[in-house]
Amino acid sequence: MATAVANLAQEFQEYTLRSPFRASWQKVMMWVFIVVDALTFGSLLVSYGFTRVSIGTWANPAHVFALHIGGKEVPLLLIAIMTFILVSSSGTMALAVANAYERNKKRTVLFLTLTMLLGLTFVGCQVYEWSHLIAHGTRPWWNPYGPPQFGAFFFTLTGFNGLHVLSGVLYLAIVARMVASGKLDRRGSYELVEIAGLYWHFVDLIWVFIFTMFYLF
Amino acid sequence: MAEGTHVPIRKYLVVWLWLFILSALAYFIDVVHVPQPWKPILLVVVALMKAGMIMAVFMHLGYERLSLIYAVVAPLIFLVVMTIAFLPEGSAILSSHAIAAP
Repeated sequence: MATAVANLAQEFQEYTLRSPFRASWQKVMMWVFIVVDALTFGSLLVSYGFTRVSIGTWANPAHVFALHIGGKEVPLLLIAIMTFILVSSSGTMALAVANAYERNKKRTVLFLTLTMLLGLTFVGCQVYEWSHLIAHGTRPWWNPYGPPQFGAFFFTLTGFNGLHVLSGVLYLAIVARMVASGKLDRRGSYELVEIAGLYWHFVDLIWVFIFTMFYLF
Repeated sequence: MAEGTHVPIRKYLVVWLWLFILSALAYFIDVVHVPQPWKPILLVVVALMKAGMIMAVFMHLGYERLSLIYAVVAPLIFLVVMTIAFLPEGSAILSSHAIAAP
């Protein structure tokens, strides 16, 4: 009787402790966060699309976000550079994860640092873009380019995205410090780097849609 | 990614290159002024291709168990539902503009 109960208890434990996703809870929770965040961004983008369609007119982003080089207007140059930077950072992040799986501490920290620097450059470009537009009178309730909602959605969408990049840089800094101090070696798992990578790639994913829907449409 | 499976670095680099190519393509679709019904369609197709590659390879979703893939992808269907739900509303407002215009 006692052994039967013990067997049942063990069976129950084995059954309930097995993840249905065959992934660690840390990773599953990150995916839960990403799905929720994707829906948040999705609702922002849908409300933007709805507003833009129902107004009927909109600012011309190719003109608003053009850079002037030698007196010539190059449309969306800054946005192209920002996309280039963020895609590059996604690549360096992938290399950091690949090196983390080989337990190469030095190169993991190197690629994490590169990713952080690219992320900060991206935010720097955004600061330039914001200050440029604000200097020309863009406010959440008014702007010189089109309907007032253009300013509102510009600040909401790019601000929310920039905040994600900025918190991603902080997140990576903490992870890089844990890798460098050997904390992950003692823990025996570098999965933390992969999970941080999930977040970083997700921020890149969001930019793909903001880039397409807000700047190119 | 399930324990023990690693994505080969070569695959990362190939996807990375494709992301650059597709980003440049999206930029050129905008610059060369593709005629109207096609421009948004092409842009959305390119964006979805990039999103698929990032999720499948960079975020290792292609290497996870099917249950996790479903748990992640299924909720995103609600975005499509939301978009479609707003379409009649948007077109109603648009046509009211058309009536109001002189």
